[in-house]
Amino acid sequence: MTDLEVVSRLPQDERMLLMPLVRTTPTFWRWAALMAATTLWGAFAYAEQLRRGLGVTGLNTPEYWGIYIICFVFFIGISHAGTLISAILRVAKAEWRRSITRSAEFITVLVIGFGAVQPILDLGRPDRVLNVVLHAQPFSPLLWDVLSIGLYFTASSIYLYVPMIPDLARIRDLGLRPRWLYWFMAIGYRDTPEARAALERIIAVLAVAVIPIAVSVHTVIGWIFALTLRPMWHSAIFGPYFVVGAIFSGIAALIIAMAILRRVYRLEAYLKDVHFNHMGLLLLVMAVLWFYFTFAENLTVWYGGEKAELATLYSKLTGDFAFPFWLMVACCFVVPFALMARRATRNVSGTTAASVAVVVGMWLERFNIVVPTSLHPHVEITAAHYLPSWVELSIMAGTLSGFVLVYMVATKFFPIVSIWEIQEGREKSVEEVKERVAAYLPDHVPAVQT
Amino acid sequence: MARWGMVIDLDRCNGCQACEVACRSENNLAVGGPQAASENRTISWMRVQTELQGEWPDVRARFVPQPCMHCDRPPCTLVCPVEATSIDPEGIVNQIYARCIGCRYCANACPYTVKYFNWRRPSYPESVLPGLNPDVSLRPVGVVEKCTFCNHRLQTARDAARAEKRPLREGEYVPACAESCPTGAIVFGDLDDPGQRVARLSRDPRAFRLEEGLGTQPKVYYLAEQD
Repeated sequence: MTDLEVVSRLPQDERMLLMPLVRTTPTFWRWAALMAATTLWGAFAYAEQLRRGLGVTGLNTPEYWGIYIICFVFFIGISHAGTLISAILRVAKAEWRRSITRSAEFITVLVIGFGAVQPILDLGRPDRVLNVVLHAQPFSPLLWDVLSIGLYFTASSIYLYVPMIPDLARIRDLGLRPRWLYWFMAIGYRDTPEARAALERIIAVLAVAVIPIAVSVHTVIGWIFALTLRPMWHSAIFGPYFVVGAIFSGIAALIIAMAILRRVYRLEAYLKDVHFNHMGLLLLVMAVLWFYFTFAENLTVWYGGEKAELATLYSKLTGDFAFPFWLMVACCFVVPFALMARRATRNVSGTTAASVAVVVGMWLERFNIVVPTSLHPHVEITAAHYLPSWVELSIMAGTLSGFVLVYMVATKFFPIVSIWEIQEGREKSVEEVKERVAAYLPDHVPAVQT
Repeated sequence: MARWGMVIDLDRCNGCQACEVACRSENNLAVGGPQAASENRTISWMRVQTELQGEWPDVRARFVPQPCMHCDRPPCTLVCPVEATSIDPEGIVNQIYARCIGCRYCANACPYTVKYFNWRRPSYPESVLPGLNPDVSLRPVGVVEKCTFCNHRLQTARDAARAEKRPLREGEYVPACAESCPTGAIVFGDLDDPGQRVARLSRDPRAFRLEEGLGTQPKVYYLAEQD
């Protein structure tokens, strides 16, 4: 029997969710080829930069940081999709999470490497990157960043892996290929009630542990900017502002991934309208929070009226950066708010459209943070300008396609919707939720005799 | 111990840029040419900034030479992840080219924009090569560099004084910019030695420092213009 025949005879959940592992369409190969080609093109651009130095970028004095640092903040922000959202939903016992968490956690683990590599692409001397360890200077926010991203990557990899073990064990027992991979990754797990109980205890601890780690990651990235004295960077709001933005873009990225997975793997029965509705509500909350933070930040700068700060602010409101700034406001607030505030547009296509806008808008937000401030130093410089070069844009495209490619490949080796958690939902949770709701209701109080 | 500093009299500066040229040749600055200039990538440890004030016909220009301010509380040293930039006991902010990873965090943290990055491999016209200063190391591509107050001159001057078994005297250690200024606008010395001219001028009522409100405590003072 081939793997395809094995899977075709399984009951619905296993059949539907294991099918992508054993059947690959020509469309998949076409997209994979396109993504691989774009990634290779990005790699070629980086080789060019290695050979000729950072002179091949559009960076200059005082625009020391550009596309790479924007993408660094952006991709690490996307990585908040998974671990954080999945952990919060688990801790909150949100039952609708079951078909979402796995795909979210995969985004985190796979995108974080592409984000973390960006500052290395940005280095003038990537050959000396180990100096960060050899000559570590503990007061540098960049060092804190290396530590927090390293910790986050480790924690979210464990948090992806542990809840996957029962599914891996099931695949091992079915004998799907490559057998050695599933045999190795299932680490001898047998799905007994005791093993399951132990696993769930570990998951519960991990879910709580990863939340503060995830918050620390984007806080520290915010501090990289906020701890300098630069106009509109030196702001106490940046830590939480970056965390909110990261969760916001993470939710949007997850919705886009869900919409694509649902379509290409025919998972309409698993990623249902109600899931998009609930994710859309989360997106709405984050859009409002984002607006609140952005408004508070800009009002403070405007009211303070400090000369260098105002020059930066007005370059965004009415100056050279008015277009990216107002497009950001439209993409991060106007579009998602208009679409997500109505139940009628909180469907699959509506939430997906809003999410695309948010992802674009959040990239623009990072652009609007990095570039205008760079071009407006305290001591004025004549004729500052920045235009990204083909090398920077190619590397950005290569990074994005590289992430999409590894995500596509991951869905071919691992069930992108957790099978055992869906089954557990069918078997146990309906009853549990009934009991839980019953527990919320007032206790019976016997009538008092008068 | 000395605390090296500089006073620049804006009344005396006529914008001739002799200091820029002297610095360039003393410190082996790469010659970027028109391409670097059009890309905003010129490296100039000393930069004579022209500031225009007012509207035509009532316009005033003033020239503000800007070297590294050698802050007593330098924002650049704190953010460096590899301690490639640090302030030495005599207050000079240094850069270790062999350790710098080229992240440019220090350049961003500097409010005065006086840290320069080698975007390309430093190049020199044939005619400049024989005149390169052997006391100053050449920088590789991809690292940050900056004004050092010509601290190689301090070593030379100190060695000479030691050989004669006497303390360093005022005027024996002077950076190339101060030495070359034809109007004597740049005065250099030990800010903590009340007998030195630089210490007296730094306490002059006309003395101010750039962006003093930021609390970086620069050791480059300016004497404001008098009307």
